[in-house]
Amino acid sequence: MTHVNANRSKIKKYRACAVQKTAQALQESFPEDRMGESLFLKDPHRLLEDWLSAGWRVIAPLLRDGALVPDILHDPEELPRGVTDRQSPGSYRLEPGASTRWFEAVVGPQGWKRWLHPPERKLWSARRDAAGFEVTPEAEEWPATIFFAVRPCDLAAIARQQEVFRRAGDPAYAARRAATRIVAVNCGRSAETCFCASMQTGPRAQAGYDLALTEIADGLLLEIGSEDGTALLDARALPAATDAQVREAARLIEAAAASQTRAMPPDIAERLTEVADSPRWEQVASRCLHCTNCTAVCPTCFCTDVTDRTSLDGAMAERWQRWDSCFSPDFSYLHGGPLRRRAAARYRQWMTHKLSNWHTQFGSSGCTGCGRCITWCPVGIDLVAEARALAKGE
Amino acid sequence: MDTPRIAVWKFASCDGCQLSLLDCEEELLDLVGAVHIAHFLEASSRVEGGPYDISFVEGSITTAADAERIEAIRAASRLLVTIGACATAGGIQALRNSRALGDLVQAVYPAPDLIKVLETSTPISEHVTVDAELRGCPVSRHQLLEFVAAALAGRKPDLPDVSQCAECKRAGTVCVMVAHGTPCLGPVTRAGCGNLCPRVGRGCYGCFGPVDGANCAALSEQMRKLGLDTTAIAALYRNFNSGAAAFVEEAARHD
Repeated sequence: MTHVNANRSKIKKYRACAVQKTAQALQESFPEDRMGESLFLKDPHRLLEDWLSAGWRVIAPLLRDGALVPDILHDPEELPRGVTDRQSPGSYRLEPGASTRWFEAVVGPQGWKRWLHPPERKLWSARRDAAGFEVTPEAEEWPATIFFAVRPCDLAAIARQQEVFRRAGDPAYAARRAATRIVAVNCGRSAETCFCASMQTGPRAQAGYDLALTEIADGLLLEIGSEDGTALLDARALPAATDAQVREAARLIEAAAASQTRAMPPDIAERLTEVADSPRWEQVASRCLHCTNCTAVCPTCFCTDVTDRTSLDGAMAERWQRWDSCFSPDFSYLHGGPLRRRAAARYRQWMTHKLSNWHTQFGSSGCTGCGRCITWCPVGIDLVAEARALAKGE
Repeated sequence: MDTPRIAVWKFASCDGCQLSLLDCEEELLDLVGAVHIAHFLEASSRVEGGPYDISFVEGSITTAADAERIEAIRAASRLLVTIGACATAGGIQALRNSRALGDLVQAVYPAPDLIKVLETSTPISEHVTVDAELRGCPVSRHQLLEFVAAALAGRKPDLPDVSQCAECKRAGTVCVMVAHGTPCLGPVTRAGCGNLCPRVGRGCYGCFGPVDGANCAALSEQMRKLGLDTTAIAALYRNFNSGAAAFVEEAARHD
């Protein structure tokens, strides 16, 4: 996201001078002059129509099997409106919400991970020939893509996973990410399982977006976060938001933060290094199904396994990569057996890597506070409650 | 491995797993091109003697005669691979293992004296050494082909060791238990079926049997919170894999 970093100073400058300009003057200026300013639009349809007709692949949270799941949008009418979610440990329900609202329901079972970091992909194939065999790397199609309605926690998760794959030198991830634009949505509501405020990732998107939307009573505020974002719209056609609308948006985001009932202890990274022998690990393991759901729904978990397939006639071979999980026994299999035989050891590995060792390895927490591991744990194990108990020495 | 000689054997079972081999359709010609089928009564009446490179065994051991027959098959086979829930866990017929056999025979058959069976229905592994187990009711034809392809290439077969949940998540299936409150054995069941039930909104029936270290007690506690009584919880585990140790134990806890 170097293009965004390079734009930071520019954003500040435009914010500083924007108040002195009239809306008329802004409409006559170049689009990039409006970076960082709040613009107003009535609804998202026009934007989506423009992008679809310009040939972008738009991926947005759509209604799938009773949940909101990022999928390919073919028609702006597919964007759900008037739904909200009720989330608690081990439970998720979509319900009717305020009929006029587009973005009342927050994060669903999947982040954007399954798009940027696919669950299964072929790495290469090989064909036997007279001289030996010939290896063909898998070519991947990744059309110019817009991720629409990315929540701040997921925006942070994309940045963290991007850092993991940058260090790993994964060109496929880099290519997907480079051809993807991100339209964030700031949260005006939190689910019961959200704790982004305590992870400093939300409910307002900080960096890494090309455009950001905030829903208010009579429409949407739009901010441009990058030159790529500028290129996505004809900003001159959009009026500036009024001061009252900007204040309303800020108030909604603050209220969403204030409503969060879960908070990760701020010193959790250090505390977890001191509690390796806590009886709490066995206690949580007695409830843990080691079913791998938490790692699959976590937007930053990145581990994969590699497996080979061969044809019956022995002429073809393929190497595949697929999601793996530190909760599966085979994950830590070395000669003689798995290194982490006990479920307690596997839970400890996951939590300490996510909340503590990620800092030393990648320079940030591996958790962005999206709350998916809490909601989508089939037995409702609460990461925050476990972390708090461990931090207190329980 | 040079063209291996394959045998397919049937014990107490419904034939569904053997049919999965014939269901290979598109791959069937490749399969018969790669292996020599020496004994497969469901496919051909031509029968050849052993030894066999790979014996696929369907069904559980329910009679004294079958207990002897499996010994002979083991002795004639280089690799013995069980296919399906009957051969790996005793099958649906293992439901009788927790009841008095005499009472069941009296209740079912008009001439109980004609029935000569063992007290229990047991998996092949309780009788002879098994080299690999392919799970499922029925077994996945993809796994059958994978096993043969791996054996031919001399590599380890790629057989899932994770729960059904991992398969759901890779497929993008929304969790039926969390999103709808539908009881599901997925978290304690081995992956491999191809995500058949959850992807159409149904809970997992556990056809592929318990995953290693399955924490059934924790799952049952969640079932109770979802409103299931002890009878319903026990019934979940008493199905195609009712004879698998983890399911036997968990069902008994709810009697």
